[in-house]
Amino acid sequence: MFIINCPYCGERDQSEFSCGGEAHIVRPKQPTELSDDEWAEYLFMRKNIKGVQFERWNHAHGCRKWFNMVRDTSNDKIHAVYKMGEKPPLI
Amino acid sequence: MKNKYSIFSLIKNAFSQHENWKQAWGNPEPKKEYEAVIVGGGGHGLATAYYLAKKHNMKNIAVLEKGWIGGGNTGRNTTIIRSNYLWDASAGLYDHALKIWENLSQELNYNIMFSQRGVMNLAHNLQDIRDLKRRTHANRLNGIDAVWLDTKQVKEFCPIINTSPNIRYPVLGGTLQRRAGTARHDAVAWGYARGADAMGVDIIQNCEVKGIKRNGDQVEGLETTKGFIKTKKIGVVAAGHSSVIANMAGLKLPLESKPLQALVSEPVKPIIDTVVMSNAVHAYVSQSDKGELVIGAGTDAYISYTQRGSHDVVEGTLKAILELYPIFSRMKMLRQWGGIVDICPDASPIISKTSIKGLYFNCGWGTGGFKATPGSGDLFAHTIANDEPHKLNAAFNLNRFVSGDLVDEHGAAAVAH
Repeated sequence: MFIINCPYCGERDQSEFSCGGEAHIVRPKQPTELSDDEWAEYLFMRKNIKGVQFERWNHAHGCRKWFNMVRDTSNDKIHAVYKMGEKPPLI
Repeated sequence: MKNKYSIFSLIKNAFSQHENWKQAWGNPEPKKEYEAVIVGGGGHGLATAYYLAKKHNMKNIAVLEKGWIGGGNTGRNTTIIRSNYLWDASAGLYDHALKIWENLSQELNYNIMFSQRGVMNLAHNLQDIRDLKRRTHANRLNGIDAVWLDTKQVKEFCPIINTSPNIRYPVLGGTLQRRAGTARHDAVAWGYARGADAMGVDIIQNCEVKGIKRNGDQVEGLETTKGFIKTKKIGVVAAGHSSVIANMAGLKLPLESKPLQALVSEPVKPIIDTVVMSNAVHAYVSQSDKGELVIGAGTDAYISYTQRGSHDVVEGTLKAILELYPIFSRMKMLRQWGGIVDICPDASPIISKTSIKGLYFNCGWGTGGFKATPGSGDLFAHTIANDEPHKLNAAFNLNRFVSGDLVDEHGAAAVAH
């Protein structure tokens, strides 16, 4: 458990948030032309990194807005929080 | 087996104050090359090595463990064994394991304290009743024992459950698998380690894999903290760290690793002689032979490799436990811990070949892999030795995420355990 600095609400307890998994997975532009392998890659395959990971979070019990986070999954340390659509920071 | 354990060896060793027992397994340095290397010295990995040596006559093999034997999820789970899964493929897989459990102490000459005390799953709403009844029917069609109990029968089977209709989630019935139960988790790892060692398997502890060497699409060996080890076959059974190993080989897996927590209370006299699980309120409890209540909590909702877990998860579980068992309200909890579990999108495991020749994965057991340990080892050994799956694990291939032929067991696996 940790404290998350929501870009809209400020510091709140992690239990207020839900995690949406790996960030920056781009939705296929032309789904009808995707092969089964490409669908599997988009839907299921994940880097599941031990270390610094980019992920999506939602302030579910707060402002209900989505945002991105850079977090080290080996120690739960948060390196950066940034809004959807913003460029990911270089870390 | 040399150094067979028996009443006679016990008496003999009593004369020397039990100071001359031989080590149960050795502590060798890695050789330069092996026929096959298993990555991960938990129950599943050691069982794989054991069956490779025993059934497939592969003796020149090693098990690499980055920590110590039984120190990972094998020693962190809540020791529950059952096979009442919904789909045919899962029923085949888990009941195969349960049948091996029934004779495992004898086979390994090692007391794994297997206790068929039954596992009861509670229903708290109409949908639970429908789902659980459907599952008992499916189980019985697959030859797995399962019965439906109404509220009165639930109370008779486990008298300390609060079956009052006035609680937030009243108990409306439940299912019971009598062949299910528990086993001593680390004894399973120790028993398999001893059995594998006796057949010449090298068990190498404190040896972490750092890289996988490939020549085109064929594996050539492993970079480890104890140097390079050459091998043509690598079986990875690394639980929560499966993706880390896969990334070394340039593969991605459909897994997310999350901390799963459990906790035990102070030891008390026997009070609950079975295992009771509840999917709806997410709580389950049993009692260890030492007298501790063994309580399983849920996973954190985010990826983490920290082996800790969040406080609110434990709090939620204990709330549910207290409503179902008011008698536990003044129990003190002694220890809490977390293990990293690798969760598959369909809540079923992967026991499979990969696109790389000689690289095999046994992973995705998520929150409930302990129950499958012997079956998983047996089938994974078959897959590695023959370079093709056994019919019981054919459905649990990696390709199912491409074909869409998923084995959705969220209903049967919902309570993390």
